[in-house]
Amino acid sequence: MKISNLLTGVTMTLALSTGAMADPTKVGFVYVGPVGDGGWTYEHNQGRLAVEEKFGDDVETVFVESVAEGPDAERVMTQMALEGADLIFTTSFGYMDQTINVAKKFPNVKFEHATGYKRADNVSTYSARFYQGRAVQGHIAGNLTESNIIGYIASFPIPEVIRGINSAYIHAKKANPDVEFKIIWAYTWFDPAKEADAAKALIEQGADVILQHTDSTAPQAAAQNAGDVYTFGQASDMIEYAPNPRVSSIIDNWSPYYIARTQAVIDGTWASVDTWDGISTGMVKIGEITDAVPADVKAEALAMIENMRTGDYHPFTGPLKKQDGSDWLADGETADDGTLAGMSFYVEGLTDTIPE
Amino acid sequence: MDLSAINPALLIASLMVAATPILFAAIGELIAEKAGVLNLGVEGMMIIGAVAGFAVAVESGSPLLGFAAAAAAGAAFSMLFVIMTQLALANQVASGLALTLFGLGLSALLGQSYVGIKPPKLDTFDIPILSEIPGIGPALFSHDIVLYFGIALTFVIWSGLKYSRAGLVLRAVGENHDAAHALGYKVMRIRILAILFGGACAGLGGAYISLIRVPQWTQGMTAGIGWIALALVVFSSWKPLRTLLGAYLFGGITVLQLNFQAAGVAIPVEYLAMSPYLITILVLVILSADKSGAPAALGRNFHASR
Repeated sequence: MKISNLLTGVTMTLALSTGAMADPTKVGFVYVGPVGDGGWTYEHNQGRLAVEEKFGDDVETVFVESVAEGPDAERVMTQMALEGADLIFTTSFGYMDQTINVAKKFPNVKFEHATGYKRADNVSTYSARFYQGRAVQGHIAGNLTESNIIGYIASFPIPEVIRGINSAYIHAKKANPDVEFKIIWAYTWFDPAKEADAAKALIEQGADVILQHTDSTAPQAAAQNAGDVYTFGQASDMIEYAPNPRVSSIIDNWSPYYIARTQAVIDGTWASVDTWDGISTGMVKIGEITDAVPADVKAEALAMIENMRTGDYHPFTGPLKKQDGSDWLADGETADDGTLAGMSFYVEGLTDTIPE
Repeated sequence: MDLSAINPALLIASLMVAATPILFAAIGELIAEKAGVLNLGVEGMMIIGAVAGFAVAVESGSPLLGFAAAAAAGAAFSMLFVIMTQLALANQVASGLALTLFGLGLSALLGQSYVGIKPPKLDTFDIPILSEIPGIGPALFSHDIVLYFGIALTFVIWSGLKYSRAGLVLRAVGENHDAAHALGYKVMRIRILAILFGGACAGLGGAYISLIRVPQWTQGMTAGIGWIALALVVFSSWKPLRTLLGAYLFGGITVLQLNFQAAGVAIPVEYLAMSPYLITILVLVILSADKSGAPAALGRNFHASR
C-alpha cells in the first residue's frame, strides 16, 4: 500500500513537472474463448495488441478471456467499468443484452459490441461481412468435393451463422449443382473435443470438405487425421494446417477498427455507430489459397474476391428463393443489409432445419 | 432423414474414444472421493495432463511416453492440492477450484510453443481373433491400448474396492476418518495416495483428448470435461461400474446426437443437444434408487489431534 502510494506520488510529481502526462486511456476487451484458441478470440487479441503497439503508454489495455455468454459477462463488464475502463469491446454475439445493461449503468464509458444489433448512446456495434468470405469458401468447396457432401459445423442459430451457411451453400451449388450440405449445430463457440467429434461424424458420413463456424482449430486436426478432407481456416488464418487440409481461410482483421475507435475516445470524438465492413476495407481478408486447389478454381475465387472488393459483386444476388420455395430476390436484385443482419431463414436447396 | 449414412462400426468406435477421457477423470476422482477427499481440481489436472502428454509425445515421438508423462504431471500437479488440504488443512472446495484455475493458466503458458503441431499417432492395438469378427470386430476391438487400459482399470478398481483389504481400508478412511485413525490406519497417507492416483488418472484423461480425441494442443481445450466427470461420480453413486456406464452413455450420446444431426434425423436439434446430459442423469438416477450415499467423511479435513 505504501509503495503504491509512493509510486502515485512519484507519478503525480512527474505529471506536474512535465505538465503533459495525462491519465492513459483504458481499453477493456471481453473474450468468449481463450486468447490461444487459434481463431476468433485470437484475432480479437491481435487487435488489442495492435492498439497497444500503436498508442504505447497513452493506452492501457485489459482483457478477460473465456467469459461465458450470459450473466457472468455482465459481472466482468461491470468490473472493468468500475476499474476505470474508458472503452470496452465485448466480442461475442451472446454479450448483447449484458452490454446494453451495463452500458446503462455507466453512461460515461463507451461500449463496442461485436456482431450484435442493439445500440445505445454509448454502445456501438461492429461486425464484418464474413459472408463474403463464405462465398469464396463455398465456391472452392463446391469444386473440391468428390463425394458432393460438404460438412458444416455451425455454432448457434443466430443470423451471423445462418448467413454464412446460406452464402457458402449458394456458391457451392453454383459451382456444383449436385452438392449437399450436412449441418451440425455444436451449440458452442469453443470446445475442441466436441468440434473434433462433429468433424469426425461429418467425415464418417461422407463429407470430404468441412466448413466450420466454431473457433478452435480442432476440426482441422480431425480432418488432417482422417486424410483427404479439405477445411478452411475460420476467423484466423490457421496457416499451420496448410497446405492440406486447410486450403484457404477467412481472417478477421480487427486492428484498424480497434485503433480508430480508441483514437476517437482519446480525441473525444467517439459516437455510437453501426459498422459493417467487409473485404473492401480489409476487415475481412481471405487467407492464401493453397496449391491443393486447382489453378482455374483459384483464379475464379480470386476474381470473386476482387469483384467483392470493388463492389461489383454481392454474394446474395437474385434470383434466389427461400427454403420454403417462396421468392426472395428477383433476378439481379441484391439483398439489403437489414434483411441480412436479421437473417433467420435458409435459401432454397438446404435440407437442414434451423433450430428455434 | 438418412440413417443409412451412419456407419454403426465407425459410430461405436468414435463413441468409445469420446467416452474415454471422461472415464479416466471420473474413475480417478471416484478413488479420491472414496477416501473422503473432494477434489474440484479435476479440470485443472486434466489440462495439465493434456499439455504435458502432448509436449512429451511431440518431443520424444512416442505417444505412450506422452501418456506416462501426463499421468506423472497430473499426479505432480495434484501435490499442490495435497499440500493445501492435507498438510495445511485448507478448505477442499476452495483448494480444488484454485487448482483448476491455476491449471488452466499454467497449461496455457506451457503450451504456447505447441500450438498447431501434429502429435505422433498411437497405433491401434488389434486384439487377436476378436478384432477379426466382421462388423463388431473393428468397432470394439481395434482401438489404441490406452482405451482398453481405461476399461481394465475400471474393473480393477471395482474389484479392488469390493473385495480387497486395501479397498476396505480406503472406504473406511472415507466413511469415518476418526475410526480409521483409531484402528491405526494412516489416514493422511492413504488420502494423499488417493489424491495422487486421482491426479494421474485425470492427467491420462487430459492427454487422451490432446493426443487422440482431437488430436492437437489448444489452450483451454478440456472445455468443461473435468466438471462433467465430477458430476458423473455423484450421479453414479460412487460406484465404478456405474461410472463406466455413465461415461459411455455421455460420450456415446454426444457422438450419436452429432451423427443424428449430420444425417438430418427429424428430432429438433435443441433436444439432441441436451440429450447427453438428460439421458445420462436419468439413467443413473434411476439406477441409484438403492440410496447408496456419499462417503460420510467426504470433503472433511482430518487432523489427528482430535
